[in-house]
Amino acid sequence: MSPGLADLRRLDRRWIFLAVGLLVVMPLITGFHIAPVRPSARARGFYDAIERVPPGSTVLVAGDYDPGTIAENYPMHLAATRHLMSRNVKIVAVELYPGGPPLADRVLHLAGEEYHKREGYDYVNLGYKSGNEVVMSQMGSSIPRTFPVDRRNVPVAQLPVMKGVENFSQIALLVSVSAGYPGTKEWVQQVVSRYHVPMVAGVTAVSAPEYYPYLQAGQLQGLLGGMAGAAEYEALVKQPGLAMRGMDAQSLAHVFIALMIILGNLAALPQRRGERK
Amino acid sequence: MRREIPLLISMVTGIFVLVGFFVPHPAIRTLYDDIQQWVIIVVAFTYVLGMANVLRINWTQVSRRERDWPYKIVLIVGVVATMVIGFSEGTHYLDDGSKFSWIYNTFYSAMAATMFSLLAFFIASAAFRAFRVRTVEAFLLAIAAFVLMLGRVPIGSLIHPILPEAADWLMEIPQNAAKRGILMGAALGVMATGFRIILGIERTYGSEGGS
Repeated sequence: MSPGLADLRRLDRRWIFLAVGLLVVMPLITGFHIAPVRPSARARGFYDAIERVPPGSTVLVAGDYDPGTIAENYPMHLAATRHLMSRNVKIVAVELYPGGPPLADRVLHLAGEEYHKREGYDYVNLGYKSGNEVVMSQMGSSIPRTFPVDRRNVPVAQLPVMKGVENFSQIALLVSVSAGYPGTKEWVQQVVSRYHVPMVAGVTAVSAPEYYPYLQAGQLQGLLGGMAGAAEYEALVKQPGLAMRGMDAQSLAHVFIALMIILGNLAALPQRRGERK
Repeated sequence: MRREIPLLISMVTGIFVLVGFFVPHPAIRTLYDDIQQWVIIVVAFTYVLGMANVLRINWTQVSRRERDWPYKIVLIVGVVATMVIGFSEGTHYLDDGSKFSWIYNTFYSAMAATMFSLLAFFIASAAFRAFRVRTVEAFLLAIAAFVLMLGRVPIGSLIHPILPEAADWLMEIPQNAAKRGILMGAALGVMATGFRIILGIERTYGSEGGS
């Protein structure tokens, strides 16, 4: 066995952890930039769907994630909310993850301040409701009955933003920012297939492959997959944010993991030759 | 009767909800909406039951000094403290500057994000130690992994301009075909299971178990 490869096999994994840590942190600290982000057709579909929403109409934004996937979902959630508010679209936000409402609040307040939008008039966060698909289905009958009060306990009947919003017939677009179940797949099955509401989705990278059939079938008009999808969308709306900053770190981490696969197999070569003999 | 009544309730409810999905007649729609409201309320109650169960199991393990019992004390204290603080702040528990928001931002948010972030470290380590290319299938998997990992990030186009296109092709053609097949198979399975439950053939949800 060659000494180099034998040493490699005994590599302490803490060195790998250290390398990953440095590769992720250094671009974020130094602002070191590798390559421009090029928007995909999926991100462009997301962007175009929001551009097609007429100003003054109402969009439902479902923030179905919690802090566990904040790195991937939050940037796309913020970018989509900014884009909607820039087009003077009213936003009705709901969350089917118990940990989701504070993140939706943060996004709405941040974008609301930037675009001078008022809570209750231009946007509302209806908050969390347990029941998963049943909540989606019930909203098809009546959104005010499903969410009688908003997250601040204000009756929705008193909210100007909810005036005339009874069910999905008044929703111009459904934006799903999703980390898993319940999320994009359930919104497609319960709402798009039944009420024919146009829909776009921003999902975690690991779950993105699951939604390609819906995208190809036209049930989703656009799809943002993970931080890369969020970065593509930030590039389209010309508002570089958290995702575009994170892409250089992610690029280096991906290259490192690819190198680790190659090195791991090289290190295992002598052992495999021994097994054959 | 202990078996028959739950089966009958499942059958009637299942058939009604199935019909209600397709028939928008007001007579059906009203009751259909009411049933959905009941489900939302029942699901909310399951959270209370779940919490009581978590506390009961962990308290038992602490009192018996079972393995890792100190961590279970942390869990119990965390759950009880969060609930007490949340209830004590009433409808203002979500306001900026509330103690509940502080717990969410300082503990829950940071810890959940940390758990997810650890994946990067463990995936890198696993890639080195466990991803062995021993067969043709593993070789194909490795090639697909390389193309996707590099083609999905901006550095991929710098390495070779074809990488992003190859990644898109992999996702949109072979991956999509496989995923579509899995989805259709799973949907048929769900339909079959649904019919078995409605017809009372599938009884594993009952206390007796087995079909």
